[in-house]
Amino acid sequence: MSDVVQVAGEVIAIRRVGAYQHLTIVAPGVAEAARPGQFVALAVGGPTSANLLRRCFSLHKVSPSGAYGGTLDVVIAAKGPGTQWLAGLRAHDKVDVVAPLGRPFPIPTEPVACVLVGGGYGSAPLFWLADVLRERGCHVEMVLGAASEDRLFGVVEARRSADGVTVTTDDGSAGRRGWVSDVLPEIITRTSAAVVYGCGPMGMLRSITEVATAHGAVAQVAVEESMACGVGVCMTCVMPVRGKDGTTRMVRSCVEGPVFRGDRVRWEAFTDGVCRVPADTVGAPRAGGH
Amino acid sequence: MADLTTRLGTLTLPNPVMTASGCAANGRELHRFFDVSELGAFVTKTVMADPRSGRPTPRMAETPSGMLNSIGLQGPGIGAFLDKDLTWLKSVGARVLVSIAGNTAVEFAQVARDLVAHPAFDAVVGVEVNISCPNVANRGLVFACDPMSSAKVVSLVREELPRDFPMFAKLTPDVTDIVAIADAAVRAGAGGLTMINTLLGIAIDTDRMRPQLAAVTGGLSGPAVRPVAVRAIWQCTAAMRENRIDAVPIIGVGGVRSGLDALELLAAGASAVQVGTATFNDPSAPRRVLTELESALDERGFASLTDVVGLAHDRKVTL
Repeated sequence: MSDVVQVAGEVIAIRRVGAYQHLTIVAPGVAEAARPGQFVALAVGGPTSANLLRRCFSLHKVSPSGAYGGTLDVVIAAKGPGTQWLAGLRAHDKVDVVAPLGRPFPIPTEPVACVLVGGGYGSAPLFWLADVLRERGCHVEMVLGAASEDRLFGVVEARRSADGVTVTTDDGSAGRRGWVSDVLPEIITRTSAAVVYGCGPMGMLRSITEVATAHGAVAQVAVEESMACGVGVCMTCVMPVRGKDGTTRMVRSCVEGPVFRGDRVRWEAFTDGVCRVPADTVGAPRAGGH
Repeated sequence: MADLTTRLGTLTLPNPVMTASGCAANGRELHRFFDVSELGAFVTKTVMADPRSGRPTPRMAETPSGMLNSIGLQGPGIGAFLDKDLTWLKSVGARVLVSIAGNTAVEFAQVARDLVAHPAFDAVVGVEVNISCPNVANRGLVFACDPMSSAKVVSLVREELPRDFPMFAKLTPDVTDIVAIADAAVRAGAGGLTMINTLLGIAIDTDRMRPQLAAVTGGLSGPAVRPVAVRAIWQCTAAMRENRIDAVPIIGVGGVRSGLDALELLAAGASAVQVGTATFNDPSAPRRVLTELESALDERGFASLTDVVGLAHDRKVTL
């Protein structure tokens, strides 16, 4: 975890894509070390901001050099004060960048078939991942799902990056009506996929994991947990994950994640917007609590 | 260039800037951004006897110029802390202020005993006794809300430490009279005080119409609480200057984001300053505050850091 840099980034482009904003930021030193699945932590509101917590986004893509020096791209949904501030940035505005952070998606050593599943703008890191996988000779299928057509991200890009693309929407406004988990079994079976990669809401990642496991594939999922710092010091983004030794620990999704093997995550702990500490977790509260 | 050396009782440090417990993990993460051995001291995340999972999530809520947290003292337990974290901090040459806690006064003492017995103890420049964490199941058990409980913990830890070893009691401002708690801690053997810990707060999610934090209550920190820290430091310093309580050094903590923020706490009476929540906003914050503080002293013509400690008391307007 030593390749991270903190740099004063400069926005060079911002454009609306459906319900989202796509930012390109000059951030020298990030691209060289970055891998698909890693993320960036952006400060919002400037040096005297009342919004202190970093906003974390998957790296959509990176470019080590070019007319502006190294750049990174992120896709954001403006839904709170921090993301609204970011969505209001214009070319040449400054934004403090810390990246690349977290563990990337593991890449198979053999050229196996892979399915990449993105929920909403959770698809952002998957096109870059698809390029890396196809360079390794992997067959790549993509599944993009969202509530409605305007909340899909990257359908056109997917057709360029993947060997096959399936789109689902809850309301049927684009692609097939339904959820990504409705179409996933057939795709895994048809392609004999060995790995299913996922990025999106927790509920979707859980169902991807269940479908993948039931069909003999390994799920690798990038989780969305709210983080205060993104660098491993605040201990707010923890979740219960089984280690290789079978023991469950509350681990930081910013450092140990954001990518986890889906079958290691204790999904049953997540209910109704809360993640409880399973009773068999290391250091779990005993009777009387702590 | 101002002389930044600070004296905290028997402890002398090359500069007054520290991390704040629970805002810097145990060093490795921030060492990617700056050399943690350059700080006056590195303050570790509060460690207890046994491993602790901490609280359910959400554990964090952003609030105006601050945040609430309910981490619940997640940690590896003293054994793993000593072998992995303290040993690593020693290897990079950090001066370490170890924050300890216990469910009971006896557990505090047990943690202190294990610390003193470890080969890496020679990297430890002091112990911070966290008697004020609000994230315990029964808020009524916060030791620092009661002078007797505070004194009991402090005196038991004192017995485990070498004679005159620097020991700081960390206090909460969530009390009627912080000077009374400070007095009890000092009488029980605390060689100094760290103030303030977080203030207890609640935030409500107005979509779900329920508390944002799974644990309901959390500790409020960040620039929003800085005036409370300055007030607490001021009150205790004033009591010491008037000989109402014994004079001991104060480590100020609460809402420091810049060198000028640090200077405020020093002027109120602190001899050292910790940088906490600002580190979440800027992982370089502790090191940056040190640079900014040095410039602020130079700009104001102070030759030495010790010249500004408590200075605002001398310059207060008399009405």
